[in-house]
Amino acid sequence: MSFVTILYAALFYFAATILFVGLAYRVYEYAKIPAPLKIPTPPAPMTQRGVAIRIFREVVFFESLFSATKWTWLFSWIFHLALLLAALRHLKYFTDPVWFWVSSELVQVAGHYAAYLMLAGLLGLFARRVFVDRVRYISSPSDYLILVLIIAIAGSGLMMKWFPSDILAIKLFFVGLLTFNFSELPSDAVLLIHLSLVIALMIIFPYSKLLHAPGLFFSPTRNQVDNARSKRHVADWAKRMESTK
Amino acid sequence: MASKFETPEVRKFPVIPKLENSATSHLSPFKSKQEFQSSLGYPGELVENWQEKAIDKMGDLLGKYRSLRVYLDSCIQCGACTDKCHYYQGTKDPNNMPVGRQNLMRGVYRRYFTLPGKYFPKLVGATDLTKEVLDDWYSYYHQCSQCRRCAVFCPIGIDTAEISMAAREVMDSIGVGQKYCNEIIGKVHKIGNNLGLPEPALADTLEGLEEDVLDDTEVDVKFPLDVKDSEVLLVTPSADFFAEPHVDGLIGYAKVFHQAGISWTLSSHASEAANFGMFIGSYDNMKKLAMRIREAALELNVKRIVFGECGHAWRVAYSFLNTLAGPFDFLDPRYPVPQHICEITNGLIDQNVLHFDKSANDDMTLTYHDSCNVARASSMGGIMGGQFTIPRKIIQTVANNFYDMDDETIREKTYCCGGGGGLLTDDLMELRVKGALPRMEALKHLIEEKGVTHMAAICAICKSQFSKVFQYYDLELDQIVSLHQLVSNALIMNKKEV
Repeated sequence: MSFVTILYAALFYFAATILFVGLAYRVYEYAKIPAPLKIPTPPAPMTQRGVAIRIFREVVFFESLFSATKWTWLFSWIFHLALLLAALRHLKYFTDPVWFWVSSELVQVAGHYAAYLMLAGLLGLFARRVFVDRVRYISSPSDYLILVLIIAIAGSGLMMKWFPSDILAIKLFFVGLLTFNFSELPSDAVLLIHLSLVIALMIIFPYSKLLHAPGLFFSPTRNQVDNARSKRHVADWAKRMESTK
Repeated sequence: MASKFETPEVRKFPVIPKLENSATSHLSPFKSKQEFQSSLGYPGELVENWQEKAIDKMGDLLGKYRSLRVYLDSCIQCGACTDKCHYYQGTKDPNNMPVGRQNLMRGVYRRYFTLPGKYFPKLVGATDLTKEVLDDWYSYYHQCSQCRRCAVFCPIGIDTAEISMAAREVMDSIGVGQKYCNEIIGKVHKIGNNLGLPEPALADTLEGLEEDVLDDTEVDVKFPLDVKDSEVLLVTPSADFFAEPHVDGLIGYAKVFHQAGISWTLSSHASEAANFGMFIGSYDNMKKLAMRIREAALELNVKRIVFGECGHAWRVAYSFLNTLAGPFDFLDPRYPVPQHICEITNGLIDQNVLHFDKSANDDMTLTYHDSCNVARASSMGGIMGGQFTIPRKIIQTVANNFYDMDDETIREKTYCCGGGGGLLTDDLMELRVKGALPRMEALKHLIEEKGVTHMAAICAICKSQFSKVFQYYDLELDQIVSLHQLVSNALIMNKKEV
């Protein structure tokens, strides 16, 4: 095993632990904290099914954002769609045998062009942070850095088109990480940059605003059923105040 | 009184204003005094170790309210909300952008409750809770009317009201309370209503109203107080007892009950619908205030509880009352608890019990102001969007001339009147006038285009606020009307009983 292989194997185990344990812990915390009062915003669904549809529309179409600002919606929706497509393309590095639909030309080609889309979306988001005075005012260094980080991930990933690595070896490395059957990682500079940035993203995820991903599912204004008159919602901590009168 | 200020210009085509840093940092409401603070269970002045206490209280609230925790974590700083707040549009102060307001607390949250904020505060915009930050909190968390317009547009549904309520609760817990809210809550605890109107004065007022209505209509409409075994307990904002145009709404409710033959009563114990406990984010105070209504319903042995025209009251009533003061299993199970007076009138219209002479309102061309807490924090009629359709249907049943304002300013996108959330106090007049700008612009456009003369509302705060700020925008104070005032004007009364 080369030093690079051992280093990156260790880093990936470390980052994955932070990412998954961290996220699981956040979700556990969010689930554990009660929502003591009903606060859904209109149009508030009156059934659980309605809530599921509402959340689906928010997650897939960014419906509220669309009604708020078209440019931000356009850039962020493109970025997130491209992120999904790129992620699907990358599944081929983690599955053996590769799932048939992942290896399909559609997913692989779409995943490739997604890199350009992603960059376009991210640059749009970056530009609005710089040029719109209101957004510039609220931006802290970390807001720019996260954008830069993801731009760099997309950029370095795209660079591998011109600085190719041994794809089969990369795949063996990652499948090896999953199956504890370790294999050498090619030590090409662009690849290592790309992977280092991804590791950084994994580590900061549970400690940053990237928590908006699980956050949306736990947002009481969006995930509550409008049934307060027919059903009581007394939080555990409020029960001590319950009277018998 | 407040320093001089300029009324914002009403623009033909509103554009998003450029930022003006600290434009309204000078605006802070009067602070609560020792006596009001202690009657609510809060320290009378800033406690010695306030910083530590405030952080402890934040930690406490973060464990009690999922909204607070999720919303402080999840903001992407995307900017979608930045132009949505009426106070931002009217004042141009960046701390009145919803996210700007949230970040005053989010910075402190990151500093004391997150790893990156502990080690890299500059990087993530984390701030120590200094005296300056506390002053900013006091100023800007009292420049939020908790109207939730921002929450409608946020991709994550972050509700600034949840954060400003928490901030006010934290400040109260260290002895920094707001005079207007806390004095009023004290009055309700002690006397029974926001205005401190004692039972004999209330009885007197209601008697006067009976005489007035008899003179006007030759019908003996009653305004009962503390009458046991009535069908309905009416809980209404105390402004309805004498403020204009509120009282005309109260007369409307009384006529509706009279004409429908529904026995009803007010209660001197629960002579206030508003629940200012919500404004200060205090579950305890909100619950105590809500319990008065339960107690009154039990004591008077009524079958239903009906709320009058009051926006925040209806939020607490519709969304919280059952949770805070339920279960209401002693009431008639055929009706939701509680009901809104508009639901009553609407139901009676549908049953063909009420008849109207629409021409009685022909001297007015009307529009309707969706009060923020009715629009964005409640519903009516057991149907999605009932809070929008039912009041409009009633107006169109009792009046001929009705137009809606611009779509971006009504229904779930409605603008706050500028005086909600515990800000309806003279020491914040500048804020109230500036915050009314988006509503005034939409109204004035409609006045120009359609010749609208009057705006109806179903919220005591909206009515008081508009009757005060209209003059700054060259409108007459009587151009704001109660919805049930229109009902009252047009309702054909059965005169045989006299």
